[in-house]
Amino acid sequence: MSDTAGGLLSIAALIALLAIVYVPLGDYMARVFTSGKHLRVERGVYRLTGVNPDAEQSPKAYALSVVGFSLASIVLLMGILLAQAQLPMSRDLEGMPFWMSFNTAISFVTNTNWQSYAGESTLGFTAQMAGLAVQNFLSAAVGIAVAVALIRGFTRVRSGSLGNFWVDLTRGTLRILLPLALVGAVVLLLGGVIQSFQDSTMTTLAGQDHVLPGGPVASQEVIKNLGNNGGGFFNANAAHPFENPNAFTNLFEIFLILVLPISLTRTLGTMLGNRRQGLAVLGAMGVLMLAALTLTTWAEVSAQSPTAQVAGAAMEGKETRFGEWGSALFAVATTGTSTGAVNSAHDSMTPVGGGTVLLNMMLGEIAPGGVGAGIYGILVMAILAVFICGLMVGRTPELLGKKISARQMTYVALYTLTTPALVLIGTGVAISRDSTADAMGNAGGHGFSEVLYAYTSAANNNGSAFGGITVTSDFFQVTLGLAMLLGRLIPIVLVLLLAGSLAQQGKVPVTAGTLPTHKPLFVGMLVGVIVIMTGLTYFPALALGPIAEALA
Amino acid sequence: MISSTLSDLARQSVAALRLLVVFTLILGIGYPVLVWGVGRALGDRADGQPVRVDGQVVGSALLGQSLTGVEWFHSRPSPNDYDTLASAPSNLGPLSPDLDAAVAERRTAVAETEGVAESAVPADAVTASGSGLDPHISPAYAELQAARVAEANGLSLATVRSLIDENTQGRVLGFLGEPGVNVLTLNVAILRATA
Repeated sequence: MSDTAGGLLSIAALIALLAIVYVPLGDYMARVFTSGKHLRVERGVYRLTGVNPDAEQSPKAYALSVVGFSLASIVLLMGILLAQAQLPMSRDLEGMPFWMSFNTAISFVTNTNWQSYAGESTLGFTAQMAGLAVQNFLSAAVGIAVAVALIRGFTRVRSGSLGNFWVDLTRGTLRILLPLALVGAVVLLLGGVIQSFQDSTMTTLAGQDHVLPGGPVASQEVIKNLGNNGGGFFNANAAHPFENPNAFTNLFEIFLILVLPISLTRTLGTMLGNRRQGLAVLGAMGVLMLAALTLTTWAEVSAQSPTAQVAGAAMEGKETRFGEWGSALFAVATTGTSTGAVNSAHDSMTPVGGGTVLLNMMLGEIAPGGVGAGIYGILVMAILAVFICGLMVGRTPELLGKKISARQMTYVALYTLTTPALVLIGTGVAISRDSTADAMGNAGGHGFSEVLYAYTSAANNNGSAFGGITVTSDFFQVTLGLAMLLGRLIPIVLVLLLAGSLAQQGKVPVTAGTLPTHKPLFVGMLVGVIVIMTGLTYFPALALGPIAEALA
Repeated sequence: MISSTLSDLARQSVAALRLLVVFTLILGIGYPVLVWGVGRALGDRADGQPVRVDGQVVGSALLGQSLTGVEWFHSRPSPNDYDTLASAPSNLGPLSPDLDAAVAERRTAVAETEGVAESAVPADAVTASGSGLDPHISPAYAELQAARVAEANGLSLATVRSLIDENTQGRVLGFLGEPGVNVLTLNVAILRATA
């Protein structure tokens, strides 16, 4: 079989797998968040934590719970990382330096999983599994909770509440993420991913003594992908054979990355009582995703860079077992979602390939976006699209029976400005510092791309990197840490305020003048708005980096 | 207003800390230990598939090794010399003159070692992988090394080629991924064939 046939069949198999679970998983998730019943284990959790699960929260209370939970998580995780030498199974490693722990704790709590450390030489097993992996679950559950709260904003009529954050968080974790992670972990174990609690030693055929690393990898690998976190147990992330041993686990991990963001569009449609709306959102995501995949795969497979031409193929930074097709597919999935796991070195991709995955993040993580974050991100863009359509025909814009007025547009405008501001200001400040040139792993335009990629990844909560850049200086640890924190919490608070303002409204009846938002015309408008917004915002920055490189 | 918000935030944070403790027990300890228990039922698969020679662990079938002797099959270049505690790619970019220089140098070295023209050297032989621990080389690079390894070990070329075949992992299910030759298990097979 040729590489092309194998690559195309792999993509077809992936789409088939996603299609099989789409309806049952999406509807199951809708039931999780609409059911009035609590499971016994959930009642136990609520009793232990003193939460009243039947109390409804106002938008402000919901937002304060999210922010409070995130801040408490950061403090606890920083404590674990700083004190890891005192924890069991620390592998005789010292506590993390202060600013590295600051950056890492924010990184995992915000679902970013940007990594300024190398896992195998920095962290013990307890810090990984009881510190980082716990946040892999919880940060994903927070994203789902916020998405569900926004959906409730559309479905509720003259209501002052959005549900209960603690209940949404607990249900998302215990009813969705944990069961799926358990099944996925067993699949990965069968595929050859390791799960042990000790390092061992070996003497290689050449007579060198090497450590054969151990670690609770399978349990962490599955949730890292499923929860769109992306933080590797090892420095090489999913390129490491212990995290991703073969082409089967590779496809399965890509499936894990995409399954929740895609199925959540069904959850959206089901909760709205308008399933075609879910499909329309998925359609817009799909168009953007397929475009990115086509461009990236073409660039990598046909070796569109000078170095790849010299080498004979774009195999620098790629594993033999995945090849160009399996690496490009992973790269597009991981940047279109907010995952950031990598199975190849994005820094070594061709300018068009690397530029496309960078652009994929700049879209705002909506193709198909992070777990939960993709849903609220694309709904915000949908509001912007109906607003622009409304301006064109001179009607008050509406979406899903809710009027879009100045108040909603204020939240939407602030939402769409927050991340680009963090990316561009962060990049600008970093580039203006003399020391940044020394931190770059590559000179010239590609060095600029490394810095731009770093702030784009941080502010969009992705976590992947053009890894040649050295980000261990206090400047990068602090500024990237703040970009991750503000890039997560400001949009979430705005989304919850937006949801609250929608829930307060009555329902506008559908008339002949209502713009249908579940038809292909609107899908086209939505894609157009996303592409134009992203293009206008980032074109100058992209022109200095990947575009200049591609034309070089 | 602000003080009431701050006190609300403080109260939420206390609830959050209690929830975090409970979830750390469930997700951070219970869950990985349960997965570990399942892994124990799979033998040494969950330990990284150690490869043994005379009962001694010489490596993992999943991790490449740096073997430079004329009697061995050679792995791909690695930025960290196959250090199992320092997995990393080179991160050299698409326009990197350093990468071009490294590729040219490696190509000359491989062509010389194998006694072939530089144009015959495949891409994986001159590029570093994503992990620096790639266990595989392409079938083309294995074939390129077959004659040298056969001669150095006093084996027939046919024997070495059949060992290459035995240690080649094809596309999974016939279509997933790319075929690769496992360098460590192949070298162990060569070792056994000469014993």
